[in-house]
Amino acid sequence: MTIQEPANVALAGIPAPGLAFVILVAALCLFAYIMNRRIDLLRKAMPDPRFDDIGERIRLALVYGFGQWKQPRYLVGGIIHILLFAGFMILSLRSLTLIGRGFSAEFNLPGLTGSVGMAYEVLKDYAVLMVLVVCIVAIIRRAVFKPARYAHAPGQGHEAEAYVILGMVSALMLTDMIYDGSHLAATGHTDAGLLPAATVASLFMAGSSPAALNALHIGGYWAHILIFFGFLNYLPMSKHFHVITAIPNVFFANVDKGRIKPVRHGVDEWMDLDECGITRFESFTWKHVLDFYSCADCGRCTDNCPANAVGRSLSPRMISIKARDYAYKYYPVFGTAPDPGDIKFVGDVITESEIWACTTCGACENECPILIEYIDKIVDMRRYLVDQGQVPQSLQKPMQAIKKKGNAYGGAKGKRAAWTKELDGIEVKELKAGDATDLLFFVDSCGSFDPRIQELSRSLARILAKSSTDFGILGQDETDSGNEIRRLGEEGLFEQLAQKNIAAFQDRQFKEIVAFDPHAFNAIKNDYPERFPIVHASQVIDRLIKAGRIRLSSDYLAGRVVTYHDPCYLGRHNQIYYEPRQVIQAVPGVRFRDMERSFDRSFCCSGGGVMLWYESEEEKERMGERRVRMAEQIGAQVIVTGCPFCLINLEDAVKTTGNEGKIEVIDLVELVDRSLV
Amino acid sequence: MDIIVCMKWTPDTSEADLTVDKEGKDIRKDDLDFDMNDWDRFAIEEAVQLKEKVGGKVTAVAVAPEDAEGMLRECLARGADEAYQLWDDAFEGSDGYAVAAILAKFIKDRPHDLVLTGTLADDDCGGQIGGMVAAMLDIPGSTLVSKIQISDGKLTCHRELEGGLYESIEMDLPAVLSVATGLNEPRFVSVRAVRKVAALEIPTLELGDLGLEASAVGSDGSRIRIELMELPPEGEGAEIITGKAEEAAAKLAEILKEKGGIGS
Ligand code: SF4
Ligand code: SF4
Repeated sequence: MTIQEPANVALAGIPAPGLAFVILVAALCLFAYIMNRRIDLLRKAMPDPRFDDIGERIRLALVYGFGQWKQPRYLVGGIIHILLFAGFMILSLRSLTLIGRGFSAEFNLPGLTGSVGMAYEVLKDYAVLMVLVVCIVAIIRRAVFKPARYAHAPGQGHEAEAYVILGMVSALMLTDMIYDGSHLAATGHTDAGLLPAATVASLFMAGSSPAALNALHIGGYWAHILIFFGFLNYLPMSKHFHVITAIPNVFFANVDKGRIKPVRHGVDEWMDLDECGITRFESFTWKHVLDFYSCADCGRCTDNCPANAVGRSLSPRMISIKARDYAYKYYPVFGTAPDPGDIKFVGDVITESEIWACTTCGACENECPILIEYIDKIVDMRRYLVDQGQVPQSLQKPMQAIKKKGNAYGGAKGKRAAWTKELDGIEVKELKAGDATDLLFFVDSCGSFDPRIQELSRSLARILAKSSTDFGILGQDETDSGNEIRRLGEEGLFEQLAQKNIAAFQDRQFKEIVAFDPHAFNAIKNDYPERFPIVHASQVIDRLIKAGRIRLSSDYLAGRVVTYHDPCYLGRHNQIYYEPRQVIQAVPGVRFRDMERSFDRSFCCSGGGVMLWYESEEEKERMGERRVRMAEQIGAQVIVTGCPFCLINLEDAVKTTGNEGKIEVIDLVELVDRSLV
Repeated sequence: MDIIVCMKWTPDTSEADLTVDKEGKDIRKDDLDFDMNDWDRFAIEEAVQLKEKVGGKVTAVAVAPEDAEGMLRECLARGADEAYQLWDDAFEGSDGYAVAAILAKFIKDRPHDLVLTGTLADDDCGGQIGGMVAAMLDIPGSTLVSKIQISDGKLTCHRELEGGLYESIEMDLPAVLSVATGLNEPRFVSVRAVRKVAALEIPTLELGDLGLEASAVGSDGSRIRIELMELPPEGEGAEIITGKAEEAAAKLAEILKEKGGIGS
């Protein structure tokens, strides 16, 4: 029995190629129009030079885009996605082939003929079956098992869209199966091993009349074509825009980790601009708008957001969703844009409490499968609020103190080196302009003025002295590093602070700067406009141990179980994970255990620098308390951290969780100082 | 509506080691950082918020030497329309009364519907200026104001009293109100905000500009003379109360009663 091919059958008197042409042109015109409207907003948005470092960008696209590298971090969802993605890749060629078959029954893509074509037929048939099964699994998973991270607040969800998309994809697979299956049934060939999907379909059609099979073949074909173009045009109208934008989004991802974007790219004299930060939606950079378009609403960012976990209203995912809803509403594809009236994007759509709740820990960005950024957006929104004078009262005092005195503690400049007085037998050099040293110890405000953190300053000084390292401090000429000031959106003050420290650095000779505070380390390393060689204390200590210049004993730890808390600004923002662990491992016989959330999934303790002063009215528990419970779970008796602010937050949390006397929190420099032989 | 806000430039003594100067009549101030009096921060904020609601002009004024220009510029950054610095060597040594006289003269010579100031100053806690200025201008005044409403040229304000009570007062404009802290949330002043007002001029008015006599200001015009300023003598050591919680609490209560810490 033979079967008629769609290309050879006129529909309603119109020859099939004519119809195929009309559908193709109409669908592509519509698609071009929609995309143009969407891209229009990108053109209105602020500049961002993301065309540098093409090699790295290609790597990102290959690893995170095509390679789906982050997906398996959530195993079930990740595997489902990888299978769907692989199916899509394979089936995209199939779709092009089918479009061509509307024009000619014999159409095949160049290269997909002969035995390669046969092999592809087999591959795509497996892909069809796999995608169908995966869609059904995904539908069941959403509807029955309801993973918590997909949940939305009432009225803010896009649940229905997920089903529309999964339904459309399933329909695409089914129509393809009908198209192929009817052909198989008509010709009488079956080969379940080679063409499983078509064979399954053909079994349902067994015994159908030739006319019925013909109708199924032709109907299945046109239905597939219509659904395909419907799908294509639906994507940019829905939350599934990421099917189109994800790979470009990964390609254009931020390659400057740890650094905050300038107020406006390409503008040095930003103070003279009329606007600062997100005054209106178009103040976002085009890449940030692309991020909004691309968010797949998977909820992984929010699932890892510590602020969200303790009950603050911030949800990074909802920032993207609300922003995309805003973009779709006020920059519509069809019709005229409604007037937002008094609705302000920053303040009404994204509220102040969301914006200030972020600790800039970077967990969201680190988790996002398509490398969507949040910190720069939040900082840009804060810049607007700061410019308007709308800063929470709890943050104003420390920020003003930094402005007036160069530190958040209100300490007098002249007392910056006072912590050195209590060092027995060790002279800490206060370097004057023109002096030289090997290692310039940047103490920062916390190490200079907070009595608890001064102990860390002394510990590091003792370690350096013990190893006969030549080092010195800036003393009076040091000022706050400005890491948090910049992240709180007070760019003008950050610039002043950076300039002061840069001038102090430039007036002295040194080989390297060392800081035990990862926030200071990050600011100097990544944010300062002038580059200086800088290392974290853990790196220096690691080197000293390896060089045999210091040795540790087990006396202090005395067999207790130790864990290490990765500080955000050491780990995620600067990829320093191993040196601190190596230092701990240098204690003979140490019993070390990592917490489940460690390395780049470390859980922020509440934020450092000025963030220490921030009072959230929303949170139900402290982030540090959560973290201490995680340490409790693995039976840790000592939590070592590499950041003075983690130390303060966790020490408090140990008390409030009733773990005083059971769990000790110490900084790495203290551990080393107390374990020195 | 024309609102004039009186500002004070005060030393920050919170983290400083205080010492008394050679004459023994004041603390040594050369090492101290000066800043806007915290109470006045609420006054200037309230003025700007009122202006934003009902329109008008906000003028900030301070009797303070040259160094205080930064504070007045900050007032402009906070939304004041103009700022004046009142200073003359002859003003040195003025007490609250003399300062009030200088401010009253400044205010009298220009349109004013409302005069705001902080109830107290962080340094000497005199709490005199508002009341004295009101008396000198012969207009109504009130202190510790925690809410201000203006409608149809009438002013209603709340005062916070002991025990969580509020008093609501109506008065005619013009009036002088000394505000309490916490009646609003003062805005943040960024470096950029200050830069935006960097070009505005802050005129300095001297004795003659104000039409004042030297005898009315400085120590001659003052009514308070400081005889001696001393640091409190060091205590004789604290007493540590030991024992069970209840016993310790009872002992503590007894001591407090005995020494007049709490009423019996
Ligand atoms: S940076 Fe951290 S706190 Fe901020 S939104 Fe992301 S995960 Fe949440
Ligand atoms: S930002 Fe990324 S991680 Fe968060 S919901 Fe969107 S796609 Fe998922």
